Amino acid sequence: MTGERRNSFDVAVIGAGMAGMAAALFAAQRGLSCIQVGSGGGVLFASGLLDLLAVHPAAEGRQWQSPFAALAALAREQPDHPLARVDPASIRTAFETFVTALGEAGLAYAPLDERNRKVLTSIGTLKTTFGVPLSMVAGANALDALDAPNTPNTPPRCLLVDFRGLREFSARQIATTLADRWPGLCHGRIEFPGFEDVPELYAAHLARALETGETRDRTIALIRPMLGDAQLVGLPTVLGLGRCREVHAAFEAGLGVPVFEIPTMPTSVPGLRLLGALETVMSARGVRRRRLASVRALAFDANTGTATLDLDGVPGGERVSARAVVLATGRFSGRGLTADRGGVRESILGLPVHQPASREAWHQRDFLDPSGHAINRAGLRTDDAWRPLDMSGKPAWPRLFAVGSILADQDWMRSKCGSGLAIATAWAAMQQLADQLHGNTG
Amino acid sequence: MISPPRIQTQVLIIGGGVTGTALARDLALRGVDCVLVEKDDINAGASGRNHGLLHSGARYVAGDREAAMECCAEGEILKRVAAQAIHDSGGYFVAVEGDDERYIADFPLYCARAGIGTRAVDVATARALEPALSDRAIAVFEVADASIDPFQLSLESMAQARSLGARLMRRTRVVGLEREGRLIRAVRVRSMAGGEDVRIEAAQVVNAAGAWAREVALLAGAPIDMTYSQGTLLVTHTRLASRVVNRLRRPGNGDILMPGGTVSLVGTTSTRVDALDDIHPTTADADLIVEEATRMLPALATMRFIRAFAGVRPLLGSPGAADSRSVSRGFALIDHEDHGLDNLATITGGKLTTCRLMAERAADLVCRRLGVTRPCVTATTPLPAVPECEWTEPGRSAREWMRSHASDDTLLCECEMVPGSTVDAIFDALRAAGDTPTLTDLGLRSRVGKGPCQGGFCAVRTVAHLYQRGDFHTQHGLAEILDFFGERWRGQRAILWGEQLAQAELMEALHCGLFGEELRGEGLRRAGPPAAPNADPADKSSP
Repeated sequence: MTGERRNSFDVAVIGAGMAGMAAALFAAQRGLSCIQVGSGGGVLFASGLLDLLAVHPAAEGRQWQSPFAALAALAREQPDHPLARVDPASIRTAFETFVTALGEAGLAYAPLDERNRKVLTSIGTLKTTFGVPLSMVAGANALDALDAPNTPNTPPRCLLVDFRGLREFSARQIATTLADRWPGLCHGRIEFPGFEDVPELYAAHLARALETGETRDRTIALIRPMLGDAQLVGLPTVLGLGRCREVHAAFEAGLGVPVFEIPTMPTSVPGLRLLGALETVMSARGVRRRRLASVRALAFDANTGTATLDLDGVPGGERVSARAVVLATGRFSGRGLTADRGGVRESILGLPVHQPASREAWHQRDFLDPSGHAINRAGLRTDDAWRPLDMSGKPAWPRLFAVGSILADQDWMRSKCGSGLAIATAWAAMQQLADQLHGNTG
Repeated sequence: MISPPRIQTQVLIIGGGVTGTALARDLALRGVDCVLVEKDDINAGASGRNHGLLHSGARYVAGDREAAMECCAEGEILKRVAAQAIHDSGGYFVAVEGDDERYIADFPLYCARAGIGTRAVDVATARALEPALSDRAIAVFEVADASIDPFQLSLESMAQARSLGARLMRRTRVVGLEREGRLIRAVRVRSMAGGEDVRIEAAQVVNAAGAWAREVALLAGAPIDMTYSQGTLLVTHTRLASRVVNRLRRPGNGDILMPGGTVSLVGTTSTRVDALDDIHPTTADADLIVEEATRMLPALATMRFIRAFAGVRPLLGSPGAADSRSVSRGFALIDHEDHGLDNLATITGGKLTTCRLMAERAADLVCRRLGVTRPCVTATTPLPAVPECEWTEPGRSAREWMRSHASDDTLLCECEMVPGSTVDAIFDALRAAGDTPTLTDLGLRSRVGKGPCQGGFCAVRTVAHLYQRGDFHTQHGLAEILDFFGERWRGQRAILWGEQLAQAELMEALHCGLFGEELRGEGLRRAGPPAAPNADPADKSSP
C-alpha cells in the first residue's frame, strides 16, 4: 500500500513542525487518510522538552508548579488564548497519545505527572517544563530538592562533564552559575575519543559516535576518574540518536550513577531524535509525507467539498485533493506568516492576520520587556471549531482548520507553552475535523 | 578628614570619542601629560555611530565650502597617516531622474571652486562597475570618498597616547567641577565600578564630550547653546556596492551608501531631539531611509537589513550664541574666556573626517595656555598600527584564524568568523591595562555580534568560552549575554520584517523560550562584577 501513489486524502496537513506532526498523528489515529507537506526542519529546533504551560501571566513572569492549575488560571483570565479553549482533559489525553507514540518509536519520555518539572539548560538557567525525555529526567529529579527550600533536602553531589570543542556548552559555566544554589556541583572537561584532532565538535556527530560500543566505553572510562563522590552525572545531549535509550543505559551502568542530559543550543540532538521518532510514527501509521514539497496553490471547491493542493518541490509537480485541510505552517521562521514593512500576511491563502496597527508597535524597546512583543501575539483568529476567519469574520472554508503557533492571542515563547499549544490545538481541531467529516459522510 | 584620592595632570580630556582620543595622542606626541575620562567606552557616542565615511568634501561643496575644503584636506592627510584604518574605495555621486538638474550641472563647478577633484563617469560605465545603481541614473561623478573604521582610529590613537604616558579612565563620569575665580581647580570623577570619587587636578581641561559637551560645560557654569540632531543608519545583510555611493543633490535623508566589509550601511536621517538619554532608531526612520535610498539603489526595496543604529550630532546654536572664535562652520573651539574661565576649552561639532584637525586646534589652544611650544605633528606622523586594536576590521579575525589554524581555536562568532583566540587577545589586552573587560567591550573591539544573528548565538558561545577560561565567577556571565544581546536588540527592532524578523523570532525562541532569560532578568542584574581569572576548586578535569 505504501508504494501506491494516491492523490486523494481525508486530510491534508500543511506544515511539519510540532503542530503539523501532532495533527497528522492524531488524524492517523482516528483512521483518516492523511498527507503531510513540509520538511520537518522546524522540529530540529526543539529541545526535546514538551512544555505545556509554565508561565502565566507572562507579564508577571509567574511560574507554575502545576500546568493544570496554570491552565485553569489562563482560562479565567485569558479566555481567548488558544490553550484556554481546549478542555484540560483533552489536553491530558493529547499529551499521553503523543508521548506514547514517541515511546513506540524509541523516544522514551518519563511518565507524565500532574506537575511541571525543572531542568537545567546549557547556560545554567532552570527551565520549567512538562514532558521530560527519559534521558533528562535524572536531572529533573535532582532539582526537585532545589524546589523544596523548606525541607532539609540538598541536591545530590553532581558532576557535569563537557567536551573540548563543543562550543556552546561549558560545564564550568553551569556549575559556576548555580554554585550558590547547588553546592555539590562539580565540572570536568574531556577530549571526545576519536575527535582529538577535530577543532569544532557538533553534538550530532558525537551522538552518532556514541552509538558504537568502543567510543562509548572509552568515553565512560575518561569520565570515571573524575567521578569522586558524585551521585549523579550530567552531560550535554549527545547520548545517541535513534539508540538513545541503549546509550543512556550503558552510561548509567558504566558509571554506576544516574546520568542525565542537558539540552544544548538548537539545532540539537533532541530535535534530531524527535524528528526521527516522528517520521517513524508517521510512516507506521500510513501518513504520506512530502518532505521537499511546498504548497504553491490551495483552492476549495464548494460543489465537491474538496480542497486541491498544488505542490512544488515534487518532480513534475503534484496535485492532491483533500476533504479537509489543516494549516500548521507556523509563524515567521516557519513561513506561515510573512511580514514586510507594511504588515503581516498569511503566506498561503492571504487570510486576515490579527496584528498591531503599525510596525512601531510590533516590538518593545527592551528585548526582555516582561510584557513581550505584540507581534508575537499576532496570528490567525478562528471560530470555536478552529476554523480561521476570512475578512467577513466567517470561516474561510468549512473544513479549513488552523493549529499551533500561527494562532493569534498567544505568546508561546514567554508562556513556555509551545508544545502544549501545538499538541492541544491539533487534538482539538482534529476532533472538530473528524466530527465534520463524519457528519458529511455519515 | 581624609582627602579623596587625587590625580594630577597637565590636561584633563573629557570624552573618549574620535576627537578626545585624537587630542590625547596629539598632546602626548607634544610631550604633554594628559588624562582622558570617558563615561562609557571609546567611541560609545556618535563617534561609533556614523557611516565611517571619510568625506572627499563633495557633499558640502554647495552649502558649506569651508567645511568641504577642510574635509578634502583632512581626508588626504588621514589616508597618509592612518592608512590601516581606511579602505580607499572611492565614491560616486549619482543623480536619478527627477533630481535637480541645475544642481547636477553646477556640481563639478562647485567642486572645482573648492579644489575637490571630480570626474564625470558615463552612466553605463558606472552601472557596469556598480550594478546595484538604478537604471534611472542620469549623471555620475567620481570623487575621492573612502571609508574609515572609527573604532580602529580611536583605539590606535589612544594606544599610542597611552604608550607615551597618557592615562585612560573608562566608565568614569564627571560629577563636578570645582571652580575658583577664573580657574577650574579640580574635576571630580566617579567610576561606574564604584569606589570613591577621584579629584583630578589639571592645569587645563578640554571638554570633548560630543553631544554631552553642553552638560559638561554647564557643570563649570559655562552655558553653550547646543541642539541635537539624531541620525539613523541601516546595515544591509549583504554588500550592495564596492564604492561609497552618494546622491547627487543637496544633503538630505537616505542619500549615502557606504561599504562596510561584507555589508553596506545606508543612511542617514536628521531629526531634532531634545534629550540624549533615549536615542534609538525608529521604524519611521527605517522606512524613510529605505524609500529614499531605493531611488538610487532599487535592490534596497527587497534587501534584508540586519541592524539599525542612531547617533546624535551635536550642533551649535545660532553662531552669535557660540563663541565668535569658531574655527569654521564645521566645528567649534570655545575658549570659555567670555564665561570667565581661563583653563577650560570645549571642542565640538565637526565630522569624523576632521577629527584630527579638531584635536590639533584644541591642542594648540591648550599648549599656548600651558606655554608649550612644540608644534602639532599628527599631520605627518603615521599612526602606529596596534594588533589588538584592529579586530574591528571585517575579515581580519577570519584571516588570522585561517593562517594559524590551531586545533583548539574554534570560531565563536560564525557570522563574522571570530575565533576564541581573538576574544582571548582582546580580553587579555584589557586586563593587562588594568581594566575589567565585558562582553560589550568585546563587541566594540571586534566583529562579534555584527552578523545576521546579532549576538543571538555568538554571545552564548562567547560567554561559554569565557566561563571556561575562568573570566566569570558568578552568574554575571549570563547578565553579560543579556546586556550584549539587549543592546544589539535595540538596533534591530526598527528593521524587523522579512527574513530578519524570522531570525529575531528564532533568537527569542532560544533566549526566552528555552533559556527563560526574561524570567531571571532581575536576579541576573544583581550579580557582582566580573573578577580576574583564578583556579577553580570545582574543576575535576585531570591536569
